[in-house]
Amino acid sequence: MLSYDIVIVGGGSAGLSAAVAAHDAGTGSILVLEREPRLGGILNQCIHNGFGLHSFKEELTGPEYAARYIQMADDRKIERMLSTTVLDVSPKLVVTAVSAEQGVFQIEARAVILAMGCRERPRGALNIAGCRPAGVYTAGCAQKLVNIDGWLPGREVVILGSGDIGLIMARRLTLEGAHVQCVAELMPYSGGLRRNIVQCLDDFDIPLLLSHTVVGIEGKKRVEAITLAQVGESLRPIPGTEKRYSCDTLLLSVGLLPENELSRQASVELSPVTRGPLVDESLETSVDGIFACGNVLHVHDLVDFVSEEAAHAGRKAAEYVQAGQERRPRREDELEVRVSGGVRYTVPSRISPSSMDERLVLRLRVGQVFEDCYLSVYAGEKRIVHRRRQVVAPGEMQEITLRRSQLEGLEPGSHLHVLVEGE
Amino acid sequence: MNERLYDVAIIGAGVSGCAVAREVSRLRLDACVVEAEGDVCCGTTKANSAIVHAGFDAAEGTLMARLNVEGNALFGELSRELDFAFDQIGSLVVCTSEEGRPALEELRDRGVRNGVPGLRIVERDELERMEPNISDAAICALFAPTAGICDPFGLNVALAENAAENGVEFIFDAPVTGVSKSEGVWELCTAQGPIRARVVVNAGGVHADELHNMVSEQKMEIVARRGEYELLDTTAGTHVRHTVFMLPNEMGKGVLVTPTIHGNLLVGPTADDIDDKDDTRTTAAGLRAVVQKSALTVKNIPFRETVTSFSGLRAHQSAHEFIIEEVADAPGFVDCAGIESPGLTASPAIGRMVAGIVRRILSPEERRDFQPQRKGFANLNHIPADEWNELIKEDPAYGTIVCRCCRVSEAQIRDACRRVPGARSLDGVKSRTGACMGRCQAGFCTPRILEILCEEIPDMDMEHASKCGPGSEYVVGKIKGSLEGGGQRA
Repeated sequence: MLSYDIVIVGGGSAGLSAAVAAHDAGTGSILVLEREPRLGGILNQCIHNGFGLHSFKEELTGPEYAARYIQMADDRKIERMLSTTVLDVSPKLVVTAVSAEQGVFQIEARAVILAMGCRERPRGALNIAGCRPAGVYTAGCAQKLVNIDGWLPGREVVILGSGDIGLIMARRLTLEGAHVQCVAELMPYSGGLRRNIVQCLDDFDIPLLLSHTVVGIEGKKRVEAITLAQVGESLRPIPGTEKRYSCDTLLLSVGLLPENELSRQASVELSPVTRGPLVDESLETSVDGIFACGNVLHVHDLVDFVSEEAAHAGRKAAEYVQAGQERRPRREDELEVRVSGGVRYTVPSRISPSSMDERLVLRLRVGQVFEDCYLSVYAGEKRIVHRRRQVVAPGEMQEITLRRSQLEGLEPGSHLHVLVEGE
Repeated sequence: MNERLYDVAIIGAGVSGCAVAREVSRLRLDACVVEAEGDVCCGTTKANSAIVHAGFDAAEGTLMARLNVEGNALFGELSRELDFAFDQIGSLVVCTSEEGRPALEELRDRGVRNGVPGLRIVERDELERMEPNISDAAICALFAPTAGICDPFGLNVALAENAAENGVEFIFDAPVTGVSKSEGVWELCTAQGPIRARVVVNAGGVHADELHNMVSEQKMEIVARRGEYELLDTTAGTHVRHTVFMLPNEMGKGVLVTPTIHGNLLVGPTADDIDDKDDTRTTAAGLRAVVQKSALTVKNIPFRETVTSFSGLRAHQSAHEFIIEEVADAPGFVDCAGIESPGLTASPAIGRMVAGIVRRILSPEERRDFQPQRKGFANLNHIPADEWNELIKEDPAYGTIVCRCCRVSEAQIRDACRRVPGARSLDGVKSRTGACMGRCQAGFCTPRILEILCEEIPDMDMEHASKCGPGSEYVVGKIKGSLEGGGQRA
């Protein structure tokens, strides 16, 4: 059986960054497994710019950003197998994969980093009633057709969901000569980044209809029309507000879900909120030696933060492998991170002060829009973080940096509490 | 103009038409299947519960009851002969009140009279052990061990392939717009030109009445009875272990909850009679009803895991009976109509029965070289590694996964295109290989499958690659400034 110190499942932005960081932390044998014929993952079809502002202090396109990391992996001669699909990761860290070249084969790993990314929620997840014709695409599928394959999926387009890919595709299709009639969003706020609303909708006079959803799809063979309706506070359509739009295409940008089928097979405990693994300060999952990072852990807005988080996972996996037999048992000083007051989740969700670095980035999302508020962290009764924010929204991930000194000396069994406060 | 005179022309390439075609192909007859759509399995067979019913529902003495029980008994052997998926998981009809018990007992007794083996009523304790998620209100259930689930697309395709291998011709995109007879020969007016045959079999599904009424003074009416379903992810596929029915009512068997042969959980159907016989839309009210009614028999169904919803049309005939006979005032025209549930279960028996009628009319010889076996598509989900490696050794494309959700390789997709009758559209690939049926609902694999269709099918290009034939194309043209022949930008 093949044997590597670290096997990384996925050669996208998370997997590559984890590989580079693990290498730089001194791990000799690293293998990246990628199902596509090329590295880079979904960045390859994100030909718009705006990537790398944090990581490289430059504005890059997706393929350019990916190329930087592919170059780094090449420079370090990190091994990779392309067109290789991972079939199973066992709790004992045996990875089973298949490729045309090698058939079905197994690899023994001392640590595994999950970096499979995410997938788009399909129409069915929304239960939109109506016909089931051609012309209903997830935004990412349309993006691949346009940007990789060079085909225009339709001419008269309605987009449901104001996630970033949907906003980007509104501009992209407009530039290719399609007419984007509107972007409808179920919630009273957009799920995308502010800059994308300005640059992709406002600049092209594409209306954003908040608190609207699709209630019908017409067309036996190809989409002929869709019906939008306004929704009330319960998010249910308000009768009488229906409006019909003649169109040939409906794009869905209605959310991303971490792709955790392999994690589940490996018995990794998942969060019902993020639907990604529950991890500790090292981004290690509930299964010893299995780490997770990037969109498979929780869906990010910016690739820069994926890279940063994945590098952390890579370093920690390297430390884990190097510790070998001397590895610490499960820590007694572990603190659970609890959330309330508008905070939906944090990553990590448990922290061991004795195992953490000097600083730790806590990433989180809120469940609604808050203006002029504070993000606070309490350790027991004591407030240890109190950061003012002009606005926090579900579409923009928040970060809080914790210092080890803030967490040391807490009673065993106590917890951290993260919440949004008015003052 | 097709000058050929067929012995038998079968209208409709659904499971009934293809079951007839396969049985007719045992005989030395020139036969063809004439299908309105571009592929097999495009109508009622495509969207139903995929249940192989035990046979206790239909009234004693009816053709429906007889063919149900006969069909059920034939399924096991047929699934081995034609290599399609079938699993005899058993079914439960759940009773939620003591007032319902007599009706449940009546159902059991009717089943016994129909010849259904192994029926028994299980009480709450046992029921709970069999189905931990059974509704708290359930007091007992009728257990039918011979009921099962199958791959309806797989069955339909298998029958068609086997018929084709034994000489039956398939004529697609040929909706029949007229039927006439002269000098003892039937002539079908179709979009592919006239087709002449000595015997016509009408397996037209929801349109069977229109065809019948073209030749007979005794008018028939088939109502399209729409059923809406929700399909849940495989993560919910073990929520129940048997097919769980509610007590039947006048509109049918009610909403059922069942695992599918692909490992998903299926919940539905509703039952609404509609006017437009091609209207397979789902409705907000229908999908709500599916959720509400299913809760009567099974608790905590994780509808959050829904991957798609769909609807299908049952070919309901007012007397709720199969009509399988040579039409009295149209000799040589054989109806195979009103084939609603349990039509899928009965299909192997329907095929035999219709072939028997054809045999009586034409008195053909048996074909000595009839080939009853057909090899199905590889299934990479349950294959041992060494067998998979054998496949990859023969064709490395078995190692390239295209549909990640359902684990379908490039080789299976190419295989689907190369068979006869082969896939000509994305739906054709889907029904044969199971690709696109998973949690991403074709979001990831659509572009690659379209490319493979273009590579495999003569004269196919991206602008004609479709979901289900002309009119359902995926793209409207190239993007601006793209070069001839691909996605390279100038």
